[in-house]
Amino acid sequence: MEFMLPDLTPALPEMVLLAMACVVLLVDLFWPGRERSNTYVVSQLSLLATLLAVAQGYSGPTTTFSGHYTVDAVAVVIKVVALLIMFGVFLYGRDYLRQRALLTGEFLLLSLFATLGLLVMASAGSLLVLYLGLEVLSLSSYALVALHRDNGDASEAAIKYFFLGALASGLLLYGMSLLYGLTASLDLATVTQVVGEHARAGNFSPLMGLALAMLVVGIGFKLGIAPFHMWLPDVYHGAPTAVTAFLTTISKLAAFVLVVKLLAGVAAPLAQQWQQMLILVTVLSLVVGNLVAIAQANVKRMLAYSTISQMGFLLLGVLANSPAGLAASLFYMVTYALTGLAAFGMIMLLSRAGFEADRIEDFRGLNRRSPWLALVMMVILFSLAGVPPTVGFYAKLGVIRAVMQQDLLWLAIVAVIFSVIGAFYYLRVVKAMYFDAAEEQPAISPALDVRVFMGVNGVLVLGLGVFPAPLLALCQAVF
Amino acid sequence: MSQSLPLLSLAVWTPIAGAVLVWLLAGDGRPARARGLALAVALLEFAITLPLYTGFDTGNGGLQFVERAPWVESFAIYYHLGIDGIALPFILLTSFITVLVVAMARVSVDKQLSQYLGAFLAMEGLMIGLFCAVDGMLFYVFWEAMLIPMFIIIGVWGGPNRVYATLKFFLYTFLGSVLLLVALIYLHLKTGSFSLLDFQRVGLDLPTQKLLFLAFLAAFAVKIPMWPVHTWLPDAHVEAPTGGSVILAAIMLKMGGYGFLRLSLPITPDASMAFSGLMITLSLIAVVYIGAVALVQQDMKKLIAYSSISHMGFVTLGTFLFSAQGIEGGLVQMVSHGFISAAMFLCVGVMYDRMHSRQIADYGGVVNTMPMFAAFMMLFAMANSGLPGTSGFVGEFMVILAAFESSFWIALLAGTSLVLGAAYNLWMYKRVIFGAVSNTKVAALKDLKAEEFIVLGLLAVAVLAMGVWPNPMLDLTHATVDTLLAHLQRGKLGL
Repeated sequence: MEFMLPDLTPALPEMVLLAMACVVLLVDLFWPGRERSNTYVVSQLSLLATLLAVAQGYSGPTTTFSGHYTVDAVAVVIKVVALLIMFGVFLYGRDYLRQRALLTGEFLLLSLFATLGLLVMASAGSLLVLYLGLEVLSLSSYALVALHRDNGDASEAAIKYFFLGALASGLLLYGMSLLYGLTASLDLATVTQVVGEHARAGNFSPLMGLALAMLVVGIGFKLGIAPFHMWLPDVYHGAPTAVTAFLTTISKLAAFVLVVKLLAGVAAPLAQQWQQMLILVTVLSLVVGNLVAIAQANVKRMLAYSTISQMGFLLLGVLANSPAGLAASLFYMVTYALTGLAAFGMIMLLSRAGFEADRIEDFRGLNRRSPWLALVMMVILFSLAGVPPTVGFYAKLGVIRAVMQQDLLWLAIVAVIFSVIGAFYYLRVVKAMYFDAAEEQPAISPALDVRVFMGVNGVLVLGLGVFPAPLLALCQAVF
Repeated sequence: MSQSLPLLSLAVWTPIAGAVLVWLLAGDGRPARARGLALAVALLEFAITLPLYTGFDTGNGGLQFVERAPWVESFAIYYHLGIDGIALPFILLTSFITVLVVAMARVSVDKQLSQYLGAFLAMEGLMIGLFCAVDGMLFYVFWEAMLIPMFIIIGVWGGPNRVYATLKFFLYTFLGSVLLLVALIYLHLKTGSFSLLDFQRVGLDLPTQKLLFLAFLAAFAVKIPMWPVHTWLPDAHVEAPTGGSVILAAIMLKMGGYGFLRLSLPITPDASMAFSGLMITLSLIAVVYIGAVALVQQDMKKLIAYSSISHMGFVTLGTFLFSAQGIEGGLVQMVSHGFISAAMFLCVGVMYDRMHSRQIADYGGVVNTMPMFAAFMMLFAMANSGLPGTSGFVGEFMVILAAFESSFWIALLAGTSLVLGAAYNLWMYKRVIFGAVSNTKVAALKDLKAEEFIVLGLLAVAVLAMGVWPNPMLDLTHATVDTLLAHLQRGKLGL
């Protein structure tokens, strides 16, 4: 059999990113610049170059590498969002990490590799490539969390994340291997087909059920939904805030890719079975996330628990098992990534050398110190709570509508009631910013590009709330 | 019928744009500029809403000044505005009251004036948007978005217990509203659009109507507020700054009543009839019981807050009697209460600015040092009691007449409000205003300043004009109310 070189052009973005990551490695070694400024600039450029490669290369669904690598509309959307968000993470994190002597080549490189992992996952056409991308992302994440070596909290968070993440990956892999055993193929399209045949024939073996359960558990860990959520608050709290911003956006995007490719893709014919599982974990996430967040005094932990409940809302769209539901979930994911990035970016903006602005008291009187930043943070918090006219409202509207379309009225009512409970802890931060007197603090003086980006971020959250039509139409078009 | 100039959009977005201007141009160091700019925007807005009145066709019971554009096609949400005889009086009330609030803010607020005034202007735009909205989701967006500026206003510029009060206000109202959201989504999935007109036309069986009515009730009962979900109001009113209390009482409460007329009655007519007994009972409890609670209050603002709940009980009573007189009486009562409660809260604000106390016990004999003010407050206290000749009487009289046609006992219980109203209003007035000067602080009081005199004077004119000749307002409502009643009589079960 002759060796045929596969068509490499659809994989251009990943190749660009890999090549640029190697360039960053060399730049960091030989020419880092003062406080790693050169490395930072080249890293940002590599993200932008990859973005260009993604945007201009797409001309319809294609497959290459013998079906292991596919590019479709969903993949393109996720890649574009991931790259833009990563750009933001680097931007917000630059000064924050510099103040803590953490802006090392390792941070930038590991982040780039993690993004590469996500890009590979988004384009995965087989179970193996999906797992490959996931592991590249996960291993980079574990190391990123441990970046702050001398900090006890960070090391504890890293160990927890590593052990539980490795366990989750193992369970996921076990599920995938069972699927391979049942369907004799790794290719996602073929596996879907065979699973569909089994389902139509009414042939639901216990092994299939076990595989499905393993998949749900693995995805649940990665997504951070109850009852697999225990690592999330500790990791969010312990990791440096730049890494937390990365985790809450890129890692969640990756978990969403898993959901789309495995649950809504491969296991789509078994929707009846995993829908029940998802309803259970969704309700648990809404309950746990919203109730425990009330008790938090640390903003990062509070946002971690809020993430648990937000992911519960995300799954509402998925368990509706309809194109409208998946589109609503994609919209929710994109807007959550935008809002989460801004929230953690704000914490980084307010922090100084030797001082973490991650308690609610640190937000006191922000309206007095900087009315514009307080306004942006208020918009972000109301978006997380789902209050119009912010974009978070339309995200919740979409998933609730999808759930009600499937006649799950009770679930919709439970979800909205818990969103009211959830509003309380967001309001507490707004209260601190606007109603409490400012403590004696030095003036906030972020760099110009950070201020501009935060402004753009905030305006987007509000602007997409007033004009959500384009993004909604995009999400609906890809499904 | 659409105009060449999109008046409704102008009316909605001018104050919001004005708010942004005030925030940007008149930052913290320039209170005079903030005041001037905000007052100019408020007056401009009032001028924009006047052509709505002059250009309104009173014979047409449908929507006028309609504007419609696609907004969020994915969910079939349209930017659909339009007013009829029920919405128009509220729009005029909103723009009028906002001018007064902005004018009075000159004297009472000193810190971060530009943010304060900007928040009121933004809220004005959102409130007018609510009254114009014909698309259900647009209605909901305005309904919820209003909570944000009010939350900030009470929390930043309010009294000592403001955090508790504003959180309670926000969460209570939010909880009711999300059930409204679920109901709207249900109707959307049934009809394929979010237009309230489509919701009005779709056939629904009685059990579905009842569930929808209860979901709407959750939102509107909290907003009005009805007993027993009224407990947020006294706290919010007491802790809010004067302007916040005025807007809350004069306009925000009316949105609950407007919601019943715009959503509950047209969309679930048969359920409304089925639940009318419950609604009348709750209204009478509000009128009688809350009236009695008002009688024992020591804090003036709390007393007026409870009296507001009691007056709004008349509104729901009139609405659910399902007669033209009852519904129009409810509408008149809402507008009149807007003027009177605004005036009463402004009076308390005038006194609070000077004495920094709202407790009745701290006052006594104010007439000796503030005779002009005492005269105004006499008029407003009488109007609050429902004195014939003032606007407070018209609405209550119409509702009692409508109640009489339905049942003698309902009319009798409703009529006790006239006695209770006189009791708590006049007793408060007597203790605060009449008698000998009770302490040195009262002896040092100065009478009304120019802006206070003008504002209270305008309100006095409004109260008297509406009390003596309510026809200009009533004429607006006849056609729309008749259309609504015809729709109610037909019901939906035959569809």
